Amino acid sequence: MLKHAGAIWLAIKDAIYNSIEEPALSFTSESLVGLGFQENEIAKEALTLLQRVIVQNDSLYLSLIVKDEDINMILNTITIYESYNDIYLQGKLKLHVVGRFLSISARSSIASCNRVFESYFPRLMEILGLPVKNLSGDHSPIVSSLISKRLNFGALYLCIELLASYRDLTAGSKEIASKSISASETCYSMLQSYSNLLTKAFCSTLATSPQDADIYFAAKGLQILATFPGYVSPMLTSEFESILITFMSIITLHFKKTLLWKLSLKALVNIGSFIDEYHESEKVSSYMGVVVEKIVSLVSLDDFTMPFPLKLEAISGIGTSGLSYMLKIVQGLEEAIYTNLSEFYAHENMKSPDITVWLLECYSNKVLPWIHENGSFDEVLLRFPVNVWSQIESHVDFSIQVQEMELLDATMTAMRHAVAFCSVESQNKIIQKAYSVLSSSSFFPLKEFTSLTIQFQLGGLQLAQKIDNLSYRDEWILSLFASVVIAARPQTPIPNLKEILQLFMTTILKGSVPAAQALGSIVNKLGKESNELKISSDCTLEEALETIFRTMLWNSHDNGAVMKCSGTNNGSEMSFADSCLGVVNNNLPQIHAVTGLSWIGKGLLLRGHEKVKDVTMIFLEFLLENNKADAFPLKQNSLESSCELDLHPSVIKSAADAFHILMSDSEVCLNRKFHAVIRPLYKQRFFSTMMPILQPLIMKNDSSLSRSMLCRAFAHIICDTPLTPILSEAKKLIPIILDCLSMLNKDIQDKDILYSLLLVLSGILTDKKGQEAVIENAHHVVNNLTKLIVYPHMMLVRETAIQCLVAMSELPHARIYPMRIQVLRAISNALNDPKRAVRQEAVRCRQAWASIASRSLHF
Amino acid sequence: MTLGLINANPVVHAKKERVARTEDPHGDDAVDPLEIYDFVRDIRDPEHPYSLEQLSVLSEESITVDEKLGRILITFTPTIQHCSMATVIGLCLRVKLQHCFPPHYKVDIKVSPGSHANEESVNKQLNDKERVAAALENPNLRQLVDECLYSNEL
Repeated sequence: MLKHAGAIWLAIKDAIYNSIEEPALSFTSESLVGLGFQENEIAKEALTLLQRVIVQNDSLYLSLIVKDEDINMILNTITIYESYNDIYLQGKLKLHVVGRFLSISARSSIASCNRVFESYFPRLMEILGLPVKNLSGDHSPIVSSLISKRLNFGALYLCIELLASYRDLTAGSKEIASKSISASETCYSMLQSYSNLLTKAFCSTLATSPQDADIYFAAKGLQILATFPGYVSPMLTSEFESILITFMSIITLHFKKTLLWKLSLKALVNIGSFIDEYHESEKVSSYMGVVVEKIVSLVSLDDFTMPFPLKLEAISGIGTSGLSYMLKIVQGLEEAIYTNLSEFYAHENMKSPDITVWLLECYSNKVLPWIHENGSFDEVLLRFPVNVWSQIESHVDFSIQVQEMELLDATMTAMRHAVAFCSVESQNKIIQKAYSVLSSSSFFPLKEFTSLTIQFQLGGLQLAQKIDNLSYRDEWILSLFASVVIAARPQTPIPNLKEILQLFMTTILKGSVPAAQALGSIVNKLGKESNELKISSDCTLEEALETIFRTMLWNSHDNGAVMKCSGTNNGSEMSFADSCLGVVNNNLPQIHAVTGLSWIGKGLLLRGHEKVKDVTMIFLEFLLENNKADAFPLKQNSLESSCELDLHPSVIKSAADAFHILMSDSEVCLNRKFHAVIRPLYKQRFFSTMMPILQPLIMKNDSSLSRSMLCRAFAHIICDTPLTPILSEAKKLIPIILDCLSMLNKDIQDKDILYSLLLVLSGILTDKKGQEAVIENAHHVVNNLTKLIVYPHMMLVRETAIQCLVAMSELPHARIYPMRIQVLRAISNALNDPKRAVRQEAVRCRQAWASIASRSLHF
Repeated sequence: MTLGLINANPVVHAKKERVARTEDPHGDDAVDPLEIYDFVRDIRDPEHPYSLEQLSVLSEESITVDEKLGRILITFTPTIQHCSMATVIGLCLRVKLQHCFPPHYKVDIKVSPGSHANEESVNKQLNDKERVAAALENPNLRQLVDECLYSNEL
């Protein structure tokens, strides 16, 4: 190998020069290799080879490299071009290659690093105009004027490559660390002499240069200088701090220069995580002081020069660089949130709630998950919910004029996420605190029942006028309490469960969706604690369900068609059913009741409890309202219907949409994140139980209203079922799916469900089994799809319909040929669609259908 | 009838980077030259396994479109002055655009000024409806056009 070193070197050079591809990537905040030229496989292998041979025999190869004419020529020519943009393309390529060579040579061992530094570093410093340190150690006053001159790009780039290699060599390898690089090493001493000057030069480049390339490398250079391990190059604290200060001033002042801002933030994050990882305690305390504290103070300042979202981006970025920083930052964020919230409650200072909303979002989406992943400190996670509740407790009167829904939502989200990450003990503390605030509010004692009953007996008109008679403070307390319940683990007991159930049921009727979701969460998790921890709550699941259903259950012994209550609670005649019937003129309580029931049903469905059947039967009853009992097997006294259910169509529609709540995945509650009890394959199971019931109902049904509602319910179930069970039933389902599609075509409100259903159809069409099922109904499918091509309300529907037609063109020729002309005619209109994506699909579709019958010999 | 290739050694250029378009969710997307260019840039040259873009026969700047009037004008540059494949290329362009746009669009195809010896007669031939229809009825020509248009699918 030694004999052929020269030849190998030449071969490597050739390979690389010929294999670098343009164009170069532009300078963004992502890290680049070299100057960003793309290296193909050949180049990569050549460089790997170079690495290996240098490791084997460094002195030989390094002499070859150092004496290489090409490299020296390039070094001579870079002095001609000052800035990156001036260099012609070939020159950039060559510079990139030289940089890669030097970088690879330097990082193979300390000896080679020394050699490379020796040969090139002084020259580069000279080109950059940085004077040699004279013996006494101080620099001449000419320094400052020299530094303000523009740095030569080529020298800057190569210098950075050398520094980066040296740094990676020392930081990466533990053996070298233990050897502790002595001051006699060339690279060490060179770095020592020049680091101060380099720091100043890079700082001034960052501040003054407008070019992306300069900014990118200057930032990189400063980052490298700041992240040398202490034993390698003891950098003065003042120097280190000056680097941090430079970056911080860019972040706070120059936020309009996007690339510069992003690079500075990234550099700070890298520096922070490096010094944290390497336990450089002095540097860590400088970082804390200069960076972390400053950035926390930004958030509390009422200074609006820097856009708030940008402040939050900076603060969350810096937090992710280390746990100690994040803990400090989270404190600052929380303080800001509490201040803002208390101002909001007291209605001082009519600021818009946007800032608080942003703070809460940053807290829930970025900070909390990071803390949870990196250590999950219960004391920290517990703090926020407890403090929020204490705040509400102390503000007895809210003077807010207008309910800020966005703010309430953001607070609820933050509360949910914070509680969800806590352990059982912490959740216990939180829920006790919340309950104490709740019980001192105007909800308790629950005298609402009697007053409601009286109102009903008076005809229920009062309730009709002001459904939502909760005060703002009550609504906050209720919603936040519901959020705590939603996020609680199954093992966390809920205090005074029976009372809470009553509370939620009442507020559900008033339209509180969080209460419905909380009730759903309770029935989902109740009674699921493990056998070891037999925590006795005051209510078992069966008791709870009985309470709920007693007030809602269908009494099939009396007149079958009448929904009537048979049970009473504490002697009051309150019943859910009465509330529905009594308030004849107002549909809202009925709709609220259906919503409540659907969340409860969802909780039961997820855990696989059999009561979910009762819930779905109630919904189906609603959907079949006009039907007499003959279609429905459960009814017994079919002939007697003295008191018919006279339900408003909006109520029936809400019963159909209940299936959407049952089947779809919610971000807000009843999912894995919030510790829901989920039985595997629950969706498939529900699908297989519901289909045999729904299908005959739809087929036999004559009434157009109930048919369309049943189809709606069907669509909701199908859209959220995984594709596999649908494919096995595809033959039976396709006719109903097509009916649903044509029915949902009409109303713009239905566009989302139409799109989801169309996606199911496209899933069927693109599967082999599904295609077999479609063949018999091909004509109907095509008719349906051609109508959907011109659906005006949603571009995705048109696009998907056309894609389905493309899939149809793959069916057996004999089946689809009759429809060819029809499709081509419909598609030629779509070529004119206002949206480009649709036009392009139309071209594909036209080509697919035209080519099933062509005179050309090739198709 | 020439026996060999018209242009045996064409100059091949790199393909321009394909930019992914960001769609405007609210507005309507007007037909613009880039859209048309995306349809025609991969048409294969009749003689060589390169696309018209790679041989610099077409470029985005050579296309103009007026959506309201429904008119498209494409100018292309044959690789050499006496290229007799020019008419075939023009035919390929016309067929492709017929497939990609609704029938009411009027398409004008011309060679760029000064790029061909018989510029006027070639332009006349390319835009004459009857001659185009007659050409497409010739099975050999039809096959050649289909190969140029859909070679990447075969």
